[in-house]
Amino acid sequence: MDPKLSKQIKTFATQVRIETMKEFKVRGFGHVGGALSIADTLAVLYEAVMKYDPKNPNWEGRDKLVCSKGHAGPTLYSILALKGFFPMDWLNTLNIPGTHLPSHCDKNQTPGIDMTTGSLGQGVSTSIGLCLGDTIQGRDCYTYLIVGDGELNEGQVWEGAQFAGHHKMDHLIAFCDYNKKQLDGYTADILDQRDIGAKFAAFGWDTQDINGNDADAVYEAIIKAKATPGKPHMIVLNTIKGAGVKAVEEMSANHHIVVSAELADQALADLEKLWAEQKG
Amino acid sequence: MNYKVNFTNEKEKRAMKDVFGATVAKMGEDPKFVYLDADLMSSIGTKKWADAHPTQAYNVGVSEANLAGMAAGLASSGLKPLAHTFGPFASRRCYDQVYLSIGYTKNDVIMIGSDAGVTAAYNGGTHMPFEDMALYRAIPHATVIDVTDSAMLENVLPKLLDMKGLKYVRLGRKEVLGVYEAGADFEVGKAALVKDGSDVAIIACGIMVAEALKAAAVLEAEGIKALVLDMFTVKPIDAEAVIAAAKKTGAIVTAENHNVIGGLGSAVADVLVKNTPVPMEMVGVQDEFGQVGPQDFLQNFYGLTSEVIVEKVKAVIARK
Repeated sequence: MDPKLSKQIKTFATQVRIETMKEFKVRGFGHVGGALSIADTLAVLYEAVMKYDPKNPNWEGRDKLVCSKGHAGPTLYSILALKGFFPMDWLNTLNIPGTHLPSHCDKNQTPGIDMTTGSLGQGVSTSIGLCLGDTIQGRDCYTYLIVGDGELNEGQVWEGAQFAGHHKMDHLIAFCDYNKKQLDGYTADILDQRDIGAKFAAFGWDTQDINGNDADAVYEAIIKAKATPGKPHMIVLNTIKGAGVKAVEEMSANHHIVVSAELADQALADLEKLWAEQKG
Repeated sequence: MNYKVNFTNEKEKRAMKDVFGATVAKMGEDPKFVYLDADLMSSIGTKKWADAHPTQAYNVGVSEANLAGMAAGLASSGLKPLAHTFGPFASRRCYDQVYLSIGYTKNDVIMIGSDAGVTAAYNGGTHMPFEDMALYRAIPHATVIDVTDSAMLENVLPKLLDMKGLKYVRLGRKEVLGVYEAGADFEVGKAALVKDGSDVAIIACGIMVAEALKAAAVLEAEGIKALVLDMFTVKPIDAEAVIAAAKKTGAIVTAENHNVIGGLGSAVADVLVKNTPVPMEMVGVQDEFGQVGPQDFLQNFYGLTSEVIVEKVKAVIARK
């Protein structure tokens, strides 16, 4: 991978974590763990992969992203603001009445959000619909789907997996944020996921298993997926829930947490130090 | 609206599924039209057209949650999706997907639930939707339609293609008693007056419009003049027509092939209590599950007949 691009993406990922932690600091609580674990992948997509136009968020020819784990909205919001879809000061409004930034993604509220999500599993089918719609209408673009690992408990995920596999939807690139934890505890204890990649492979998907907190690995996996025609793609992201913020990583239960000023300030100090080094 | 009533108490020659299939084929002339089905194309008369139009028709298999979700995604991509399965599966089986991915997300989708109420007949209680309209009525801004006959089906269905939001249409698959002449034109959201009268108003939908007309003929012979309204759009209900009928006749009977809880009866009662309280009776399924059997047996069992309408009319007039 080009070292310059690698550095650019990683620097952006840190900036995304900074803005995301600021959102949580203002509100004092949120779905912090899963927002941070997926930050690198979202940073790769918006910094180096997807085509989009912040001034025309509904441009038909754009690549689409469905964040089916809708509770990772705050990470996406920080990216969309940084990319100019809406003013940065919207990030101070997370979850307050009248906000454009609700806890879970809402396409009718937020410029740049391509699909409303939050009821887990539903983004799988809607992303398939978006992807199929682009194919039918002859558009040359990709649909990116992000599911959580706990989300794989939902039957709808597998309904969609069958359809996408059967129809060889190779312009659908999905990621599973395998951070090993869901709301009530470890996924292995609640409903053991076993081999996620093997399950999707059995449905006819092309699969990869990578370190999902390594931006280089994520970027390269996307390039590899695009070069593999004839199948939809599942990139299993081995991640750490809370990745990039030590105090959150170390919490046993970090799905939805109270974010104290102390925790946020320490996290921001660490992240800003890292960001300064990366910008170097 | 421009329609002529031609009720002869005879079944139509064409089955509703054949009319549905022909209508879908016609709608397919719009390049943005896309048709989804959950493994019931052969049952609803669309298989032949679907096989000939593989880029416009998709069989998602027996997976209704995915059916509804995909329809939502297709709508978001700028297409005009119509998705079909049997009524119970188009409603309760994928309710959250319809509610959120279509309704809440403001995707423009037509959902079709076939085998309305007792028309599910030999498929039995597991397949018999008495609650589909109630569920769809509870989704904000949804349009809910219970189709009366083939003339209405081929007129109303294409109109929904360019209507905003979620549209739910329930219909039977077999031949029904025809009510309208071919070429009838309806307005979604406006009740159709099928018979004028002054002593009582029977407000019906779906297969119960024909039963209401049969009842009206019996009543007429006894000197009771019944007004009959076809309230095919159960939501948004034509409140103006309900209020006018209540003022004109002073007594209302509703008739529906559905549970009286949450369906047409509830919708009419909502309008009446707020505007023109008059005595009212409801013909419909009285909070029961379905069961297996021929349609005439089921109509008798659940009281979905002209005879029961006549009884309820007499009861409501006595309460005036």
